Amino acid sequence: MRKKSLLAILLLCFFVNSAYALSEAYKNNIYNPGELKPVDSVLKVKVGEKAPDFILKSVEGKMISLKDYYGKKNVVISFVPAAWTPVCSDQWPGYNIVKDIFDSNDAVLLGITVDNIPTLYSWTNQMGKLWFDVLSDFWPHGAVAEKFGVLRSDGVSERALFIIDKKGIIRYIDVHDINQRPLLEILVRELEKIKSK
Amino acid sequence: MKIKLTGLAGIIIMLCVTIAICAAENSPPKEGNAFPEIELLKPANPMEIKYLGLSGDGLFKISQIKAEVVIIEIFSMYCPYCQGEAPNVNSLFTLIENNPVLKNKIKIIGIGINNSLFETDIFKKKYKVEFPLIPDGDFKLHKIMGEVRTPYFIVVKLKGGKTEVIYSRLGALGDNNIFLGKITKLSGLK
Repeated sequence: MRKKSLLAILLLCFFVNSAYALSEAYKNNIYNPGELKPVDSVLKVKVGEKAPDFILKSVEGKMISLKDYYGKKNVVISFVPAAWTPVCSDQWPGYNIVKDIFDSNDAVLLGITVDNIPTLYSWTNQMGKLWFDVLSDFWPHGAVAEKFGVLRSDGVSERALFIIDKKGIIRYIDVHDINQRPLLEILVRELEKIKSK
Repeated sequence: MKIKLTGLAGIIIMLCVTIAICAAENSPPKEGNAFPEIELLKPANPMEIKYLGLSGDGLFKISQIKAEVVIIEIFSMYCPYCQGEAPNVNSLFTLIENNPVLKNKIKIIGIGINNSLFETDIFKKKYKVEFPLIPDGDFKLHKIMGEVRTPYFIVVKLKGGKTEVIYSRLGALGDNNIFLGKITKLSGLK
């Protein structure tokens, strides 16, 4: 038994992958939940289907509906699991410096978490001024994440990206390993595919 | 019994070695120590290859850079603090390049933690960075560097193929003239 425990410690030391790079902007205020189950939900939507509509409140106090963008813009929805956690805190600040890429692909970005507005306000303030809307899916808790099938069993959302075209059709889905950040170039490539069609 | 004890002793030795390796991996480069023998991907841009005094493609070591001092910025395209610090690091680069005494003696490189080449290129274009930015997409270098937060600056003195860390700190550089004076003094540059 003791041998097994020691071996487990050895394996942990060799293979545990903290695998995130954290900005000093957050000081010591980031909670590390450790390595999580990569995906813990079952998708309820498919590429080619109409995206479920929603209305959520943004950090700036606007009510944002997916329908608002029909016929006008492609929409990238970035669900991230939770404020003040490692990978999430270093995902949107990257999107914040590529507004030109979204603009050139006639797309907007909507960031969504299941956190409440005050928490999102404090957290996103550390990222600098964001050009995109950040929406709270806090109450009814995770209802929009649930509609898309990306609400995990512990009440946070997956780290997921959806591209929805101007007709409201889902064109790309990436329910990513929650422990890792999706590569930006893949998202850009998918946006460019929609633009070229 | 003897066999059982030997097995247990073996596991304990392995555990000690593993903990020692983990501890070594988790500590940032210390001032006064040699810089870790990491290998970096050579930049594709010929101007950057020339800036570093290298040739061809493949990998290179910090000790191969043609300079007396190398400033290494550990950063990430996704790090808001690094984004904010970018203009200041660019000013430092300009300050060095405009100083005929320091121009060929001090070089700067950036290592983009968990960044792909696409992502470091975005950072480069966005902030008009003129020094090489090298991606560390798989955290390999980040682990060797002690998984530091970003931005983190390391200054390495090069002499006769040997390296010595003379500065290793988290956070912004502050006043570039003061920083440059400090590392010039620490490295013995004249």
